[in-house]
Amino acid sequence: MNSETLNTLDTYSKNKYKYGFVTEIDDERPKKGLNEDTIKFISLKKNEPVWMLEWRLKAYSKWKKMKEPKWANLSFPEIDYQDIYYYSAPKGFEKKPKDLSEVDPKLIETYNKLGIPLEEQKVLAGVAVDVVFDSVSVATTYKGELEKLGIIFCSIGEAIQKHPDLIKKYLGSVIPPGDHSFSALNSAVFTDGSFVYIPVGVKCPMELSTYFRINAENTGQFERTLIIADKGSYVSYLEGCTAPKRDDNQLHAANVELIALEDAEIKYSTVQNWYPGDENGKGGIYNFVTKRGLCAGKNSKISWTQVETGSAITWKYPSCILKGDNSIGEFYSVAITNNFQQADTGTKMTHIGKNTKSKIISKGISLGNSQNTYRGEVSFLRKAEKARNYTQCDSLLVGNQCGAHTVPYIDSKNNTAVIEHEASTSKINEDQLYYCRQRGLSHEEAVSLIVNGFCKQVLQELPMEFAVEAQKLVSISLEGSVG
Amino acid sequence: MFLEIKDLSVKIENKKILNELNLNINKGEVHAIMGPNGSGKSTLANVLAGKEDYEIINGKINFKDNDLFDLNIEERAQEGMFLAFQYPVEIPGVNITPFLHSAINSKKKRMNEAEIDNLSFAKLLKSKASDLGISIDMLKRSVNTGFSGGEKKRYEILQMSILNPDLAILDETDSGLDIDALKIVTDGVNKLKTKDNSFLIITHYQKLLDYIQPDHVHIMVNGSIVKSGGSEIAAEIEKDGFQKFQ
Repeated sequence: MNSETLNTLDTYSKNKYKYGFVTEIDDERPKKGLNEDTIKFISLKKNEPVWMLEWRLKAYSKWKKMKEPKWANLSFPEIDYQDIYYYSAPKGFEKKPKDLSEVDPKLIETYNKLGIPLEEQKVLAGVAVDVVFDSVSVATTYKGELEKLGIIFCSIGEAIQKHPDLIKKYLGSVIPPGDHSFSALNSAVFTDGSFVYIPVGVKCPMELSTYFRINAENTGQFERTLIIADKGSYVSYLEGCTAPKRDDNQLHAANVELIALEDAEIKYSTVQNWYPGDENGKGGIYNFVTKRGLCAGKNSKISWTQVETGSAITWKYPSCILKGDNSIGEFYSVAITNNFQQADTGTKMTHIGKNTKSKIISKGISLGNSQNTYRGEVSFLRKAEKARNYTQCDSLLVGNQCGAHTVPYIDSKNNTAVIEHEASTSKINEDQLYYCRQRGLSHEEAVSLIVNGFCKQVLQELPMEFAVEAQKLVSISLEGSVG
Repeated sequence: MFLEIKDLSVKIENKKILNELNLNINKGEVHAIMGPNGSGKSTLANVLAGKEDYEIINGKINFKDNDLFDLNIEERAQEGMFLAFQYPVEIPGVNITPFLHSAINSKKKRMNEAEIDNLSFAKLLKSKASDLGISIDMLKRSVNTGFSGGEKKRYEILQMSILNPDLAILDETDSGLDIDALKIVTDGVNKLKTKDNSFLIITHYQKLLDYIQPDHVHIMVNGSIVKSGGSEIAAEIEKDGFQKFQ
């Protein structure tokens, strides 16, 4: 690698994180640490029914007996669960404000800065947004319009109050609290997140979106999202995330459950841009996320698309359980790691029903001193007649100090299964850079163009409103140009 | 002087490739360089374009009143230098439209000219493509990806005609082309030729020069130009080969 390339890489590694500001706002927190009192505090703050508190406490008692999963290709110091705040709410949110005039102007200002205006007239056309600040949902837009169609789009806290039957039936049905330590932890202390229910036969006419922001220091964020698409319905959902720059690591352990009934389709997209830490690997979010979708009914479909550019550590495997016959699971992923970021991400496709199909397209890009691992498991159970999987994992290395790893597991108990797996690892090619520059593009423009080209197959799966943003985000993760 | 190469010596990994090479090109001239394999022709093209693998041990190059060594690869391109590659590289996922659009605008920016908007660029690209017999379908594909040798070369000429360079260097553009493709490529060059731009055509064979009439022909052997003259030299090579110059 020649000197100019190294220089440019150097400017990448000074990558500026433009969402790193802190909002000075009074917040309300319980004592640090995790015990039954913390959970009771959260449950009380949320004014939850007794059954919910009991559910949480049961999860907590499971968590106490569990250890963190250690099989990932990640290294980080022991997480001290007693040194974390488990709840933080901007003051004045005991009751969710009815309209924006009741919201602290500083909060509105924060979201304006992040490019997420809360006033509906300014909101992205055709996108309904639920906004979660630390532990509480602060605003949900377009609610009225959606209600007319029978669509429920609200914070999970509100759903627990207003739709207890749906919550009791589905919460924890795809990710049981005892699945692993992070799901148990989330089940015990989850604070807010979004709830979506699409009634039978309804195609949701707009993108639903949740925007997560961690603001308070030493605070974990444990959001819980539950999406249910009833028979023959369709919904496309997008989540985005940012956090301020801080020297300490912050824990984020979310759980997302999707349920698609017969003939229903859920498209779930993530643009994850949590603070990744500085160029020496100090600070950043530990992102331990469990996302799982159940294709419960025949001909149902769940599609995950993720663009992962942030976080010091990403541990995340959005998965599909293909239970209904002819159901389809898809996973499209771009993961970019820079500096000292570590990502261990991939998917799990479990084929249970007949003629189930899954498709995995994973693009990993490693820069700086980062480590980027694709980990995937495709399994075919005994009754999964004529099931198919196609997997493609491509890794792109930029520089000499980073690593790319691919760990695919395939397990088939049915010999009619068809499995295709393709993988490639390449370095960014000096000849390509030379070619682009000879046409007059700068070195940075050329790298950005090549990387965007490498990711195109995945980026084009994003909802149109966000594809352009995601492309910019990919460029920003590579460049040092945005301050 | 438009392009002036003076006493240029260049090495790569301790091997001297160019040796005290001299060459002057004026505005509006077409020069051809012929030489056997390994004589340093492609090295000359890449040194002019600014590829960084080479060590310049001696000499100067002046291009449009700039010391060429003060400019990096993209600055040279923006100043109007274009290299049609011998082996154009594939760039998967990158479509020609945004690629060339960015390229032409980076040049406009350097020249302090107004940038071209999406619509005008799309029109320009379409009309130039149809001139060169390039289908709309081909414009939808990724740059050079999955192209045949001939398609790649035609693509190079398309890019050249869009960027409209002051100096176009064609590095063995004729290699791997059948007669039909060769004719399309050379027609493209001839159409582009004006009194304000210059061409440096590097070739192994005399065939190309049946279609493009050079004003000057140079024979290059062992990193130096050993003989210069008119198109009669090309005929001489065709008859006797390079042997007598080696």
